[in-house]
Amino acid sequence: MTQTKSTPGGRGTLYKGREGMWSWVGHRITGVGIFFFLLVHVLDTSLVRVSPEAYNAVIGAYKHPIMIFGEIGLVGAIVFHAFNGLRIILVDFWKQGTRYHKHMLYAVLILWFVTMAAFSARHLMIFFGGE
Amino acid sequence: MTTTNSDAVLPSQGIEAPRSGRIDPKYLRSNPSTGSFEMVAWVFMRVSGAALVVLIFVHLWTNLMVGDGIHQIDFAFVAGKWANPVWQFWDLTMLWLAMLHGTNGMRTIINDYAEKDSTRLWLKSMLYVASAVIIILGTMVIFTFEPCLTDDAGNLLEGVAPQFCHGVTN
Ligand code: HEM
Ligand code: HEM
Repeated sequence: MTQTKSTPGGRGTLYKGREGMWSWVGHRITGVGIFFFLLVHVLDTSLVRVSPEAYNAVIGAYKHPIMIFGEIGLVGAIVFHAFNGLRIILVDFWKQGTRYHKHMLYAVLILWFVTMAAFSARHLMIFFGGE
Repeated sequence: MTTTNSDAVLPSQGIEAPRSGRIDPKYLRSNPSTGSFEMVAWVFMRVSGAALVVLIFVHLWTNLMVGDGIHQIDFAFVAGKWANPVWQFWDLTMLWLAMLHGTNGMRTIINDYAEKDSTRLWLKSMLYVASAVIIILGTMVIFTFEPCLTDDAGNLLEGVAPQFCHGVTN
């Protein structure tokens, strides 16, 4: 009898709809988001070759209040993808990785929260403090 | 109603264990890539990922968390950073690793969702062209960057040239 598909008691399947799946969905969405940001980011940085005025004007958009929250969202995506990526690496290479994959996901979420609290506080303080 | 899972083949009833060989035809791909390429790509995703954590976190730290943070970013700031070969090399490595890692990740996703051969071909062609353009552009920007711009008379442009330019030209 294979038990690969469903866990006993009808609690869904081993993978579908549980921590493993949601962390994968999150990793995939953040990966795509960061990829498209990076395409735009290299384009905006390349304006330093057009003229200082062009670069300063476009990069000025990053200093708009709405963008400040956009940056917090972007960094939130990066930090989740980075920490969860390290978890994936540990699941793959560390002997005990598969046993503790859920514990590590909770660790990822806690570390993410702490990092983002610190980052957001500093980013907002700089933003409202300057100018 | 209870389902016995030993004989279920439909994906709606669950996901097969890897390598069970019982794959829903929907997920079968003609001409899948073969040989060691997928293995190399798999290792690359992990190695580049680990390196990118350091590269990107330091990038965000230097640009957003220290000094004036987001307010300091302008032409002179970039000039100041790229005057240092360490940051040139840093950004170059970050550019290549992030783009290759991201492109390979996007390739995986296209392979997962695009079921028609022609759709996959199109999407992947567009992906590779876009990535190549960005990698080449980003590389050229780092190497051809000119921090001390002058006007036609050879004087430093006021207001945009970073401090260290004064004293270099004229
Ligand atoms: C809001 C957050 C960010 C800001 C304000 C920012 C700012 C900058 C600035 C000012 C530069 C010019 C050179 C330098 O300072 O080193 C730059 C270059 C670069 N950044 Fe970012 N960055 C951000 C996020 C990111 C992220 C998340 C990535 C990676 C996915 C990234 C990848 C790069 C790369 C590859 C370059 C070099 C571009 C080129 O070769 O032309 N940046 N960034
Ligand atoms: C910050 C450090 C990063 C780490 C530790 C990391 C780690 C990983 C890992 C371990 C994977 C899984 C690969 C696999 O399943 O074989 C992955 C997938 C992916 N990564 Fe990253 N990555 C990082 C940065 C980035 C960046 C900067 C981008 C975008 C430019 C990106 C885009 C993607 C994409 C699109 C995928 C595919 C997701 C999927 O197949 O569901 N990652 N990453």
